Amino acid sequence: MKKPRADVLQKVSDLPLGFTAQPGSTVAFKTGDWRSVRPILDREKCIYCGFCYYYCPEGIYQDMGKDEKWYKADLDYCKGCGICAQECPKKAITMTLEEV
Amino acid sequence: MSKRIGIEVSLAVSEAVKLANTDVVAAYPITPQTHIVEHLSELVADGSLDAAYIPVESEHSAMSSCIGSSAAGARTFTATSSQGLALMNEMLFIAPVLRTPIVLAIANRALSAPINIWNDHSDIMSVRDAGWICLFAENGQEATDLTLLAFRIGEDPAVSLPVSVNIDGFTLSHFIEPILLPEQAEVDKFLPPYKPSLQLDIKKPISIGLLGGPECYTESRKAADNILESSKVVVKKAFDEFAAVFGRQYHVVESYRTEDADTIVVLMGSIAETAMTAVDEYRQQSEHKVGLVRLRLWRPFPAAELLESLGKAKNVAVIDRHMVLGSPSGPLGLEIKSLLYSSPLRPKVTNFQLGLGGRDVTRDDFKYIFDRAASDEAQARCELVGVYE
Repeated sequence: MKKPRADVLQKVSDLPLGFTAQPGSTVAFKTGDWRSVRPILDREKCIYCGFCYYYCPEGIYQDMGKDEKWYKADLDYCKGCGICAQECPKKAITMTLEEV
Repeated sequence: MSKRIGIEVSLAVSEAVKLANTDVVAAYPITPQTHIVEHLSELVADGSLDAAYIPVESEHSAMSSCIGSSAAGARTFTATSSQGLALMNEMLFIAPVLRTPIVLAIANRALSAPINIWNDHSDIMSVRDAGWICLFAENGQEATDLTLLAFRIGEDPAVSLPVSVNIDGFTLSHFIEPILLPEQAEVDKFLPPYKPSLQLDIKKPISIGLLGGPECYTESRKAADNILESSKVVVKKAFDEFAAVFGRQYHVVESYRTEDADTIVVLMGSIAETAMTAVDEYRQQSEHKVGLVRLRLWRPFPAAELLESLGKAKNVAVIDRHMVLGSPSGPLGLEIKSLLYSSPLRPKVTNFQLGLGGRDVTRDDFKYIFDRAASDEAQARCELVGVYE
């Protein structure tokens, strides 16, 4: 019989009673690997308007502050929807294909 | 001491729910189950049962509420029939995996179409794979006792599963029978307050009802199967403890005159009483020795107990009160055939469907089945007894 992959599978005996989870489990659940395209920001074009920050449905953009004046994408959780690129008034964000 | 009183079986089931000190009843009325929840609403309204009664807008909501109240740590009861059970379908499959004990009385009734309010087993059989412990009552006393037992079994920390008590609609639910209703003190001794193994608690929050992807879905189903299979030990233990308190000993499989039987009929529910009379009459008139085996426990399937009960019978006739459309066997027929195929004795198994949509099952039907089971005539498909065509 094919051996189960211990690195990705969960053992029957390790499952919690009633298939429950502790709160905040999505912090550990990195959804970034669902992505097929990633946002690349051209900081030369960025005017620090915050559209990407407000429109992102996953809240992955982090305000880098008044000194740096840009928003950084947390790619651990970006699913590559492209809303930021669509909404950016300066077309400073381009969605680039993920290479495997 | 228990008092023997004349009472409608539905009301006796409600009284058992009251004696169990149930915390939450969430239910929607449907024939022939209505009297159970109607009486419970009266008991809550007049203050004799201190419970939350949730008059929901559908059976889907009833089962959803029950899962929620059980997860909150409340002793939970609901009842339904036929289309109501069908409407619960989605939630029925969720409760066992979430390990939420709930007692569900089902006054068994045929599924539409055509619309039919009378008794058969098509409602429970269509959700037999949901993961619930399923008990079948033969008479009113058993319906009452199994209701109490269902709380005891389902809430056992080693089980923590929902349990259905199947009561033949009208044939049992609407009959007035002499029933021994236990005293509160006896019930309290047998059924301690519910201590949930898993409980929603604001101080220790958990998420319940999660996504389980390809990496763990298989394992979660296996875990549900493991716990259901292992619950049989607790069912037997609870039956023994029940006997110690109330003096009525139940078994997961009951046998009647099977010791020397060449032909054994296997069935579930109230028709067993007619079958016992038919066995007695047939034995007086014939050399052909017949007997009866009845499943009180349907899920988990009592395979070992059945193998033992069927003994060395040459012929096994399985009776189903549900037609599996497009299949050569009824649900019980399939299980028994599958069980006996790998048995070294491998008796001849025949399968009969009857008593559909409230049609009477008579002693003559059993006589026909005893004859037919022992005949040399082959049976390619499950035989629909008494169909007019």
